[in-house]
Amino acid sequence: MENIGLSEVILAIVTVDGTQPASGVPVFYAKDEEEREKIALNLARILSGMVHDLENGTYVIVRH
Amino acid sequence: MGGYVAVILTGLVMGTIGRLYLLRVDYRQYPSYPQGYMVHLALGFIAAFLGAVAIPALLAEEYTAVTFLALAAQQFREIRDMERESLRNIEVTELVPRGAAYIEDIAKAFESRNYLAMLTALITSTVVEFSKNPVWGILAGFTVILLLSFFTKRKRLKDIAVVRPAEIFFNGSILCIENIQVMNVGHPDSRKIFLEQGLAVMIEPKDDNARASLSNIGQRQAIAHDVAALLGVKRDVNEIDFTPLVRIDLKTGRVGLVIVPMEKDMETLIEAVKMVPVLESTRRKPLKSKAGREAAD
Repeated sequence: MENIGLSEVILAIVTVDGTQPASGVPVFYAKDEEEREKIALNLARILSGMVHDLENGTYVIVRH
Repeated sequence: MGGYVAVILTGLVMGTIGRLYLLRVDYRQYPSYPQGYMVHLALGFIAAFLGAVAIPALLAEEYTAVTFLALAAQQFREIRDMERESLRNIEVTELVPRGAAYIEDIAKAFESRNYLAMLTALITSTVVEFSKNPVWGILAGFTVILLLSFFTKRKRLKDIAVVRPAEIFFNGSILCIENIQVMNVGHPDSRKIFLEQGLAVMIEPKDDNARASLSNIGQRQAIAHDVAALLGVKRDVNEIDFTPLVRIDLKTGRVGLVIVPMEKDMETLIEAVKMVPVLESTRRKPLKSKAGREAAD
């Protein structure tokens, strides 16, 4: 799979949605949107991942 | 034996010149380093020598000597492996990889250029042998070099497609180039950088053959690599948001490229995209078949 994706892995979830259940992936709960962005940026840098927005208050950090 | 010195020497020199002529260093900077240059020059020299001695060997009734040509061809296949191997090894160190198709194309070119050296030497020495005049041999050698380099010349993207500026915008968190949805960019800061510093172009294929070539993933990766090499790319190992991406518009077969370059200059970006070689392995000719022509209507 040198050229095609399918190597994507969700590394972490950052959310302001308190009802988002913790599951197989680490979930980080943020107080507000500002903190969510900060956590997401830090995690993306630490994990060499990319922040994607699910547009429901949840960010996922994905390694491509 | 003394009579063959001029024959072999002319062939050898012309073959080596042929290899040297095609070993020009261009913007891709490959193989620009002195060692790589030396390796290919030496191999070209050996190829030329093998080509040059073939005719004298035949005339001296040393028929077994000719079988060395076959052996040499085997050896030169190794060159392709060597190039492929070394390019693949450095692939992980590239911020924007070349992709397998581009590597294969480069490796193939290096192999074929050794055959060019051999063929030039062979034809030159034949002409010198039968005309007894090295001048004719030199002329024949130059003709062969120019003809072969003309026929093995790669097409550029500008020959098969029109490149024009395109607009970047965000649909929610989805980065779009006109009607192509490229990817989901989550972080607002990244979105801002894309809007402020990003550039996009639309590559429109001129016909169905071009559309088939452009849809190839290897070709698209080659575009991303070359553009990033020429304009620079604002990304680092842990900063993957700004990887240049080339995505296709499924309705029309147009291809959109988005990049956050070091130098924000639309003119040079278009120039860079136009100069990208059309990879041999991605060239398709659907219009040459009946089904392809009928599908095109």
